[in-house]
Amino acid sequence: MERKTKIDAEEGKQEILITREFDLPVALLFKAYVEAEIVEQWMGTKVLKLESKKHGGYQFETTDPHGNKYRFSGVIHDFGQDQKITRTFEFENMGLGVQLEFLEFKKLTEDTSSLGMRVIYESVAQRDQQLKMPFSQGLNMAHNRLQQVVSKLNNRS
Amino acid sequence: MNLRRDVFQAIADPTRRAILVLVASQSMTAGAIASNFDTARPTVSKHLQILTECDLLKQEQEGREIFYHFNAKKMKEVADFIEPFRKFWDDRFNKLESIMKKYLPPTKTGKTNK
Repeated sequence: MERKTKIDAEEGKQEILITREFDLPVALLFKAYVEAEIVEQWMGTKVLKLESKKHGGYQFETTDPHGNKYRFSGVIHDFGQDQKITRTFEFENMGLGVQLEFLEFKKLTEDTSSLGMRVIYESVAQRDQQLKMPFSQGLNMAHNRLQQVVSKLNNRS
Repeated sequence: MNLRRDVFQAIADPTRRAILVLVASQSMTAGAIASNFDTARPTVSKHLQILTECDLLKQEQEGREIFYHFNAKKMKEVADFIEPFRKFWDDRFNKLESIMKKYLPPTKTGKTNK
């Protein structure tokens, strides 16, 4: 039973595909993306704005352990109930560029569903930068893991 | 972190990836590698230099010839590099899943509510 998150990031391409299966009906999976108070819980972020509709927009804010605040936002280009969300994403004032996200929600069985998230970056370089540094709240966490990986390498050599 | 960035730059190039695939099957001399490409010999040499500098290839002197070997261990490290990113999303989705399970109805209705 493989229920892990998968990342496909082909070298030299400016996109990433993130896929994951859930033990949740698709309606509930979708709801997790639509309702502000739920988004706040699983993303660990404050929702300043979330207009879950076509031509809507969103803005989230997260605070790191040092009290620094980060905002990320985007516009919702397309919205299909229990099916898809097409939106942009930008980590504000970080100079990391804008990314385009295609979220595809699929019903697998009555009780299971899948999410496919295709993220397209402005350039290959920007994509690779993101791969190395998962954004905002994940930043510190990822950095620590990175450190572990690096120290493991150092020990090996 | 520079070293690692170099590895990513190294494998971002299609010719260099083709070289890696080639050398992965058997160790080869620069000449033998170059003969597999239409690219000019100095260009191939440059690619080999970059791949060697970031440890994806290892050089070994055999008699008068230098053979290039594929360093699988280094390639594994490149694959591992995506792991923090994957784990980040995995953690997030695990959280999403456990939160949303609270919203599951206690009994199955058998009907989808639209």
